[in-house]
Amino acid sequence: MQLFKYEKPLSLMAQAKRFGILSIILVITSLGLIFTKGFNMGIDFAGGTVIQVQYDQKAPIDEVREILGNQEGYKGANVTYFGTEDEIIIKTKTSSQNVGVDIGDQIRELLKETQGFKEVRRVDMVGAKVGSELREKGLMAMVLAIIGILIYVSFRFEWRFAVASVMALVHDVTIAMGMIVLFGVEVNLDILAALLTILGYSLNDTIIVFDRIREGIRMIKEPDLAGIIDESVSRTLSRTTLTSLTTFFVVLTLFLFGGEIINGFSFTLLVGVIVGTYSSIFVASPILMWLGFSVGGFRAKEAEKLKREKEKEKMRAMYEQGTL
Amino acid sequence: MLNYRVVIFAFALIFGVVFSIPSLMQSESGKKITLGLDLQGGLHMLLGVKNEVAIASKSKSIAASIKYIFDDEEIIFDALKLDEDTGVITFEILDRDDLAKVNTLLKEQLEGVTFSESGLKYSLQMTAEEIERTKKDAIDQAVDTIRGRLNEFGLAEPTVAKQGEEKILVEVPGIKTQEDEQRIRELIARAAHLQLMAVDEERIARVHTMSAGEAKSYGDVILPDVNTGEKYLLKAIPILDGSMLTDAKVGFDENSQPVINFTLNGQGAKIFGDFTAISVGKRMAVVLDNQVYSAPNIRERIGGGRVQISGQFTMEEAHDLAIALRSGSLLAPVYVMEKRSVGPSLGADSIKASSIALVLGFVLVVLFMVVYYGMAGVVANVALIGNLFLILAIMSLFGATLTLPGMAGIVLTVGMAVDANVIINERIRELLEEGKSIAKSIEDGYKNAFTAIWDANVTTLIAATVLYAYGTGAIKGFALTMSIGIMASMLTAIVGTHGIYQWILPKMDKNRLGYWFGIKGSK
Repeated sequence: MQLFKYEKPLSLMAQAKRFGILSIILVITSLGLIFTKGFNMGIDFAGGTVIQVQYDQKAPIDEVREILGNQEGYKGANVTYFGTEDEIIIKTKTSSQNVGVDIGDQIRELLKETQGFKEVRRVDMVGAKVGSELREKGLMAMVLAIIGILIYVSFRFEWRFAVASVMALVHDVTIAMGMIVLFGVEVNLDILAALLTILGYSLNDTIIVFDRIREGIRMIKEPDLAGIIDESVSRTLSRTTLTSLTTFFVVLTLFLFGGEIINGFSFTLLVGVIVGTYSSIFVASPILMWLGFSVGGFRAKEAEKLKREKEKEKMRAMYEQGTL
Repeated sequence: MLNYRVVIFAFALIFGVVFSIPSLMQSESGKKITLGLDLQGGLHMLLGVKNEVAIASKSKSIAASIKYIFDDEEIIFDALKLDEDTGVITFEILDRDDLAKVNTLLKEQLEGVTFSESGLKYSLQMTAEEIERTKKDAIDQAVDTIRGRLNEFGLAEPTVAKQGEEKILVEVPGIKTQEDEQRIRELIARAAHLQLMAVDEERIARVHTMSAGEAKSYGDVILPDVNTGEKYLLKAIPILDGSMLTDAKVGFDENSQPVINFTLNGQGAKIFGDFTAISVGKRMAVVLDNQVYSAPNIRERIGGGRVQISGQFTMEEAHDLAIALRSGSLLAPVYVMEKRSVGPSLGADSIKASSIALVLGFVLVVLFMVVYYGMAGVVANVALIGNLFLILAIMSLFGATLTLPGMAGIVLTVGMAVDANVIINERIRELLEEGKSIAKSIEDGYKNAFTAIWDANVTTLIAATVLYAYGTGAIKGFALTMSIGIMASMLTAIVGTHGIYQWILPKMDKNRLGYWFGIKGSK
């Protein structure tokens, strides 16, 4: 089977402006969402308690709300179904430092008598201090990952490639974050992990395209960057789409069947795969062009590098022969 | 023809299968993957230590030592007091001739304190280094104590470890119910601070009208009875505390009520004997965690250092309390900074759900590869299976922990591992369409694809490494499985498939490119 048969390069660069505008709109909208609506911070970063309770039958959610509403400490608690109607999740902003009797135990005592109560299945509690520590660490991880990638890509390609790939990354992560805000996905550590995975994944895609561009610059005689980019992107198009498809399959199964707990995680990945694919085809390469990448300059540098290596080899040869 | 690549791949495959068997079969012996607490159920806690309490109690025990030393050396002193807010101990000696002796005694017998004297009034406190050491000791001691308690409780493989400078990580797998979990948490948190204290018989009559501040001004403290709540006025500086205890066992009193019998060490027994000898007719309170359990009258000198705590315990309480006393008291109370607990049934559900996702995702990818690439897809699938076994084998060998995000990492690896083969196959197809021979197309296809795969994987590895370094708990598991998956895929998807192609090359037929590489309308 063959979905994409390479005939002649698509004229993508001619459309670059349109995609650029679309991306800018998406990014600005996402930023707007992030700054106005803001993240729905979960307990990992905001501190608080999450309690998952299972019932033998449909959970009496109104009764639970009433019982908790009458308790001083749980007035603001948020009670929702979780996955099925047999399970509920109770979220409070409070956390207790008491090791012996904690909020989970108190809730169990309060709900024990409700109809069909089975068990408390999960109690997650994060103190405010740990929450802020995790937040700092998470941000740090994001920044460090980007710096590491920037350095590696600069080293393997050229700084403009690095900047273009990082801009594409920021583009992807920003849009993914925008979607997270839009759909009110609760941001916990797993979402951070998903965002970092998107980072890696989108970069993976971009690099494959850049690798082809790098190759194209060396092989193709015509020194027109737009032409080279068009050809490279077209030639990698089938691969980009196929890999995205296989990854999309598995992330989709994870989203549909992986269970409620990793739903936010797989949702974020799902968005990331789509945006990452789009950006590596339509966004990363035009940035390269706009940054003023010059084929001639790159070739001259490559030639210089080659020359230096040859010279080194010559010296080594002379050294080995004992003439130096 | 046989070649080194296919041999390496075969070895990797055998290695993968052999070492993943213990994990897959859940066999008793052999190194295998441990399931994370989120999958098998259990309790994860990050505890902090209230250092200030450790420092205060250290000051208290210094004050108690001073009293004991002076009594022993027959030095007459008065107004021995501890200001709990500042940690400053003050006292006064009455005889100027004792001055030199007191100075020597304080220097020789007490460590880590500084003192000054003016007009027979002494002021003494812990040095800054001693305070630091006390903090460090408090957390180290808490780690040891909690570990000891959990081990004695008979739980399977609990983890108690210091994390950073001031946190304690506690992980207890295999807890069945939330009630059991609470019992374990109570055992962990129990200060188990045992004190034997003298009742202030002169002033106890006025205890109901006395404020805490007034009691303090007499060097006393008001503590409630554990069952009745009745107030006791006690000398704040204890006769002795749980540090001199050598053993604690559950026993029964004459009414067949569970009690705890404990034995004091030599020094404790001597202090206890001496005290009871001079206090006949007075009361002595057995105080545990600032609650009075009993306050019997002393009828005669008690030698042998055997004491009993009674207090209407249930058997379970007595059992847990004896463990707590035996493993020593916590110098400072611990508090929860983070807690995650998952019931075993939820863990089982998570395993089920993520396994379904894994199998389904895997089947989809495998089918897709075969449909799209024909035999080349089959080759890629062999590599993918090899990859999964390798991930399991490496994780088993390292005894790594598989968490729910870790499962997600494996699922994701399945999607990404075939990427290398997609890149390679696309390259091969390109070359075949240019009319190159199969052998040449394969060799050049691998050559052309290599840098792209390498660079892409290294950058993903960078992200995963950062995630591992900065992630906590379950997230680390995700980064781990993904990193292992990426590295294993380099071996299986690049070296392995290349080897297989070279091996089956003689069978490949240029006229059946549709069958071998899934090329449409091939000539």
